[in-house]
Amino acid sequence: MPDLLLELFSEEIPARMQAKAADDLRRLVTDKLVAEGLVYEGAKAFATPRRLALTVHGIPARQPDLKTERRGPKVGGPDAAVQGFLKATGLKSLDEAKIQRDPKGDFYIALIEKAGRDAIDVLAEILPVIIRTFPWPKSMRWGARSGKPGSLSWVRPLHAITATFGLETEEPDVVKFSVDGIETGQTTYGHRFIAPAAISVRRFEDYEAKLKAAKVILDPQARKDIIFADAKELTFAQGFELVEDQALLDEVSGLVEWPVVMMGSFEPEYLAIPDEVIRATIRNNQKCFVVRDPKTGKLTNKFVLTANIEAADGGKVIVAGNERVIRPRLSDAKFFYETDLKTKLEDRLPKFEQIVFHEKLGTQAARIKRIERLAAEIAPLVGADVAKATRAAHLAKADLLTEVVGEFPEVQGLMGKYYALAQGEDASVAAACEEHYKPQGPADRVPTDPVSVAVALADKIDTLAGFWAIDEKPTGSKDPYALRRAALGVIRLIAENALRLSLTKVAASALVGLSVRAAEAQKLPSDLLAFFADRLKVQLREQGARHDLVDAVFALGGQDDLLMIVRRVEALGKFLESDDGKNLLAGIKRASNILGIEEKKDKRSFDGAPDAALYSLDEEKALAKAIGEVKAEASAAVAREDFAAAMSAMAKLRPPVDAFFEKVRVNDDDAKVRENRLKLLNEIRSATRAVADFSKIQD
Amino acid sequence: MDASLPAHMRPERSFQGFILALQRFWAEQGCVILQPYDMEMGAGTFHPATTLRALGPKPWNAAYVQPSRRPKDGRYGENPNRMQHYYQFQVIMKPSPPNLQELYLRSLAAIGIDSAVHDIRFVEDDWESPTLGAWGLGWECWCDGMEVSQFTYFQQVAGVECAPVAGELTYGLERLAMYVQGVDRVYDLNFNGREGDAKVTYGDVFLQAEREYSKHNFEVADTAMLFEQFKMAEAACRKYLDAGWREGNRKEHLMALPAYDQCIKASHVFNLLDARGVISVTERQSYIFRVRELAKACGEAWIHTEAGGAA
Repeated sequence: MPDLLLELFSEEIPARMQAKAADDLRRLVTDKLVAEGLVYEGAKAFATPRRLALTVHGIPARQPDLKTERRGPKVGGPDAAVQGFLKATGLKSLDEAKIQRDPKGDFYIALIEKAGRDAIDVLAEILPVIIRTFPWPKSMRWGARSGKPGSLSWVRPLHAITATFGLETEEPDVVKFSVDGIETGQTTYGHRFIAPAAISVRRFEDYEAKLKAAKVILDPQARKDIIFADAKELTFAQGFELVEDQALLDEVSGLVEWPVVMMGSFEPEYLAIPDEVIRATIRNNQKCFVVRDPKTGKLTNKFVLTANIEAADGGKVIVAGNERVIRPRLSDAKFFYETDLKTKLEDRLPKFEQIVFHEKLGTQAARIKRIERLAAEIAPLVGADVAKATRAAHLAKADLLTEVVGEFPEVQGLMGKYYALAQGEDASVAAACEEHYKPQGPADRVPTDPVSVAVALADKIDTLAGFWAIDEKPTGSKDPYALRRAALGVIRLIAENALRLSLTKVAASALVGLSVRAAEAQKLPSDLLAFFADRLKVQLREQGARHDLVDAVFALGGQDDLLMIVRRVEALGKFLESDDGKNLLAGIKRASNILGIEEKKDKRSFDGAPDAALYSLDEEKALAKAIGEVKAEASAAVAREDFAAAMSAMAKLRPPVDAFFEKVRVNDDDAKVRENRLKLLNEIRSATRAVADFSKIQD
Repeated sequence: MDASLPAHMRPERSFQGFILALQRFWAEQGCVILQPYDMEMGAGTFHPATTLRALGPKPWNAAYVQPSRRPKDGRYGENPNRMQHYYQFQVIMKPSPPNLQELYLRSLAAIGIDSAVHDIRFVEDDWESPTLGAWGLGWECWCDGMEVSQFTYFQQVAGVECAPVAGELTYGLERLAMYVQGVDRVYDLNFNGREGDAKVTYGDVFLQAEREYSKHNFEVADTAMLFEQFKMAEAACRKYLDAGWREGNRKEHLMALPAYDQCIKASHVFNLLDARGVISVTERQSYIFRVRELAKACGEAWIHTEAGGAA
């Protein structure tokens, strides 16, 4: 079956857009092919700075013929309906229609046969539409045609379209169409500088090979592999180690069609700058990799650049040029760093009085004060020294006003640590300056030093309480203040450090520092708690746990100790995986269902202790006895926070519950016995509430 | 590069030779070579030959040097490459020709940057000027890792959609010349290409000015007067715009250029006030907004003039 080759040749496409654009192109074309009844065998898309390319192989040469039946009016129906039917189906007269009998009468049926079209014609129709409506994040107009309405928008000026379709063994056909004056053809171009000549291509295989000969590596992965392997080899050969950087590799591979990796160096004096700052300087501004000395684990005065050409002089000028650019950049960074060191962190704080954190939440200075107070309160709960936690909270944001962080926001926190250490702060205080931002996401490390933990919690809970107080909660996909991330951070800090604290109390305390109306202050902590519950569910679901178990635990009410919630959920999850757990759950559900129905019928609940004198069957007595024992045992276990033991206790309910349902008819004819049995069922439900509300658990 | 040039005129030897080479190159591409606009402005884009001429349907190809005044960037002559006054070389071609990238690369060759040995790259850069109500897409052009030019396809200027789109190139002249001459300090640039006693450096021409203007911009500029000037320029701009509509109907405008001068003035006065540190963060936004409103009103007037394509 024939293959399609499509190339969209343009001026330089931003690196960050290339991967998604290739993917979009593949998806849009193949979806449309399938929708047109052209089921293909495989498709692959590629991007370089100057082209998007797509190959789809194994496309049927023709669409299948389509046969459809269309029901018309009743035989003998009004003439207008018959005429409409003929017009809509294209039949010349009713003689061409079939008659079909069904219970409602005889109906005319038209058989419509639509012949499949040649795939190449279908392609000529769908491709220009896809190009015209391509989902670039930002697109533009250009050239003389942009003076007229409706001109093509593309990410940067589009120059040529190659589109061929055909069998491997034959000369392919050009898929003929034109977009904004660009006619499709078989001509593309090689590397802008090394091999700019026009190239005539037939199909994907010779296209890719001819591009390679013209110094263009089509496949981004291949370019990445080359850059990565060459960079590693180059550094290794000199006894060094490449500092790997996937995001940078992705970007750099989108800036070149023919990667040529080279190494440059800078003056060793710049190594006095912290490694992270050197890296940020070289990476952000120059898109170069930095190099480590494996003996010391520290950076060395080398960098790895990726050029786009094989230069006539072997790259001497390019390396020298890059070195000339990097030098003043590092010189700036060194100057910033040294300037920063001259001012103590606390001396920067007064400036925060002028910096608004949020219009409705006051200045940064006010926020720092709140975090200090909260950190001091949390410190004893997490085993941190109060004075150190307060000090750390006092200094933790100061580096935001340093020159280095102004230049490279990504080293915020880290610079705080360096500057704190430089001014002789306690190691935990310095560490907290960096770590209080953590964890930044689900993959980020959670701090363990109690001082860091206290400040990290205070920082996040202040943020959450603050935005809750001004009613700026996340909605749908909008979470501009990253409150979900902050809540997840709190959850992870607590769970992974096995901390015991009442979230409601801490949240209430955080609100004290904010101006909140009394009425709101009452309900905000529980609102916030519900948000934590939500986040916990998401977190557990992502870990593969069941989110309904979180509901089952929260439904107990009064649960604001996250660690205990997590432990309960874990124990519950394990229990429900056992046969005892599954059967007991079934039994409890059955009891709940019966109760639910009868409660509705009688319009009353069946609370209260059953009357032992009314038990007539052994199974009733056995169940009552078991409930009594299990209740005591489970409550004791819960009190010791031994949830596994509480679950084991629950398991003991299973045989008597099973036996009860097997032998006992709840709705006895004697109303008193019936009521008593319903009360017993209610006891099952209440006994199990020692660990969770089983009614919230899904089957 | 033109091999017949005498040594002192070669772009890699002299700053003025460098400028002349660029002018000559773009003259050969059919551009009118203009002289700098006679007002202070923050960037070559402010020149009416770009801002206003980018609007409307009429073709327009021009190139010129424009002194750029950025009061805040002054460093009293002590920084090797930051100045409150420097030169931009500006090219505008409307509609953008299909081979504009190629022309740009050839212009680099004309000033001694050979793409066979230099690594030239087009790196994404979306350009936006909040004060001009303008945006476009394009790149920063890199030479061996150094940004040497801005390349923009204007999509909107002064709040008006560009139809057709103009291509704009901006070369940072000092930076490029430093690269080509191989000097690390802007004041060491050879200005006239001569050696010995006859040599005049960039520092000879501009160092004293950098010191004086830095002092002026940061310490002394009369803020009360500047606040007043801003208001006056703003009011004058509005007044000329109102008075410019022929017979009072909004079909033909007769004074877009004088009005736009006042917009340029307001913008520069704002930059001076900003350098003096007398504009707060919130006020800053509102000043930018006020200048943008002037620019947009001027753009609207311009497209009702003859050169703006009204007739």
